[in-house]
Amino acid sequence: MWRPSLAVAAILLAGAAQAQQQPAKISDEVVKLGILNDQSGTYADLAGPGSVAAARMAVEDFGGTVLGKPIQVVFADHQNKPDVGSSIVNRWIDVEQVDAVIDVPTSSVALAVQEITRNKNRVHLNSTGGTSDLTGKACSPTAVHWTYDTYALANGTGTAMVKAGGDSWFFLTADYAFGHALEQDTANAVKKAGGTVVGAVRHPFPNNDFSSFLLQAQASGAKVIGLANAGADTINAIKQAREFGVVQAGQQLAGLLVFLSDVHALGLDTTQGLTLTTGWYWDRDERSREWAKRFAERMNGRMPTMVQAGVYSAITHYLNAIKAAGTDEAKTVVAQMKKMPVNDFFAQNGKIREDGRMVHDMFLVQVKKPEESKGPWDYYKVVRTIPGDEAFRPMNQGNCPLVQQAEAQPAPR
Amino acid sequence: MFELIGVPPQALFGQLLLGLINGAFYAVLSLGLALIFGLLNIINFTHGAQYMMGAFAAWLLLNLAGLGYWPALLLAPVIVGLTGVLIERFLLKRLRGLDPLYGLLLTFGLALIVEGAFRQVYGVSGLAYPVPPSLAGGVNLGFMFLPLYRGWVVLASIVACLVTWAVIERTRLGATLRAATENPALVQAFGVNVPRLVTLTYGFGVALAAFAGVLAAPIYSVHPLMGANLIIVVFAVVVIGGMGSILGSVLTGFGLGVVEGLTKVFWPEASNTVIFVIMAIVLLIKPAGLFGRAT
Repeated sequence: MWRPSLAVAAILLAGAAQAQQQPAKISDEVVKLGILNDQSGTYADLAGPGSVAAARMAVEDFGGTVLGKPIQVVFADHQNKPDVGSSIVNRWIDVEQVDAVIDVPTSSVALAVQEITRNKNRVHLNSTGGTSDLTGKACSPTAVHWTYDTYALANGTGTAMVKAGGDSWFFLTADYAFGHALEQDTANAVKKAGGTVVGAVRHPFPNNDFSSFLLQAQASGAKVIGLANAGADTINAIKQAREFGVVQAGQQLAGLLVFLSDVHALGLDTTQGLTLTTGWYWDRDERSREWAKRFAERMNGRMPTMVQAGVYSAITHYLNAIKAAGTDEAKTVVAQMKKMPVNDFFAQNGKIREDGRMVHDMFLVQVKKPEESKGPWDYYKVVRTIPGDEAFRPMNQGNCPLVQQAEAQPAPR
Repeated sequence: MFELIGVPPQALFGQLLLGLINGAFYAVLSLGLALIFGLLNIINFTHGAQYMMGAFAAWLLLNLAGLGYWPALLLAPVIVGLTGVLIERFLLKRLRGLDPLYGLLLTFGLALIVEGAFRQVYGVSGLAYPVPPSLAGGVNLGFMFLPLYRGWVVLASIVACLVTWAVIERTRLGATLRAATENPALVQAFGVNVPRLVTLTYGFGVALAAFAGVLAAPIYSVHPLMGANLIIVVFAVVVIGGMGSILGSVLTGFGLGVVEGLTKVFWPEASNTVIFVIMAIVLLIKPAGLFGRAT
């Protein structure tokens, strides 16, 4: 009896078996990169269209093809909403053959994308998302967290400032999960380094007027005021701290999540002296300057932020891994990425850990005084290079199931 | 007894003063809203966007025309006020006599369009606007460091409020305006061009919002969404003061600024909620608002 369905099933099975033995090289004859970020809202200037430009540069510099197949870049606006981001990524994977989802600011969206890409076996290269949960309890064998995370920022700035004498802290904290986490991480780092936390005030999110909170911070007598907030809140807090003479009176501000674009918006007059941690800075060496200038030519003279540079670096490494592994199958490629060191204008001897964390040097920088700045975008001086192993959370403290699995395997006797 | 729940009196005075400064913004903004509602019966949801436009007008005047803060303080309200005149002439006028809900929907839509357009052009990081050199620095009052500019904001707001109140309550023009609200047909019969009066009133209310915007530019970053955050609070202020009551909205604006300032000391997390709690209580006890007359 002829049963077509049975025959089809047999053929499919045979095909699948073959695929198992010999991985299909490039699925769908194209490597498609999906840049998912905020194109018009709060985070549009620090990632947004600039990240798309960085991705296109990476593809062009790579030659436009990998293993003889074309590389395409698509992008979409997730509006900082997890539901919007999820439906875009589902469509990208199910209908549009996207192989890797890239950038993804806003921690809540990043975590949602992490789940989808893990379940559907696609690559997630996160550059702008902040939460260190991406390589902690939400870690995935198909994901890499490239540029920074909240732990590294809190740890870098907190520890360094205590060592430099700023040993008593007061926090201005955005009253929601992200702010609390940032405050907690930083407070831990401060205490570990021998400092004390004298107080904190939780401000509504978003908040316009910080004068009252700044006055409380001033009255606390703390040497350092830590800003556990982001975006417009940080900008307003810094601006008003300047207005009320907080810095001039001897207290230091510590921005816990500040991007180059924030400093640009505020101007050096307002931000001078601010200490912060960054994963990359354009004016650091010849290679970073050369790349940044090419980026600026495409972006109306805007210099890249650390996360935009991270997008370029991550994509280049990803494409190299495809070339080396001979396939674009997600787990294989990410495993290959972990085998290869990262050496480019972004990172020197960067390495990707088992939990997906790209470990590279971070930089403690101070914002220049207006008279120290030689021209537009000359904003930071590097105070200290924080070695990668010191900057990021040790792998065994993140509760990443991938790592525990590896450790749980009994050692051969 | 002078240590209230761990807060020394110096800090308290400082917070009272800061509350007054924030109250100044609430007062000027809610004054414009109350004026427009009282005379036109329109709930002007574009008010926040017009406040933002005032700040942007100041920024543009500085960066495109090289005009500093003081000319901008006069010019920006005029320019934005003129856009208000156009809106009234071509859009709001057609809604006259309809339910106020239609005006609310129209102005809400306009606000979204305007804010979206500015966001498209200027991005979202905000733009820096410097404090005018003549008002840079500050004075040490003993209990706090008062930036001169903040002092100026309070002064300018009080003057603007007093002038507006005096014009409406104490001049012939104001009397005509009030009469036109009560009975437009009769006032028209006396030879007063009521539609033009209404248009100019809307323009003036909008100009007040823009004036507040210019005042705010050096303090807050000039940002496409700066008005969207503020407008909801200002509406609450107007409701508490009594819709359409001019003096009421001014006093309520300053008063609530102070209450909010104190909340920021004793219970910071609640500082953006306290105004709405007060609004709920006032509506329960005096539905027409503190200074409103029940109709």
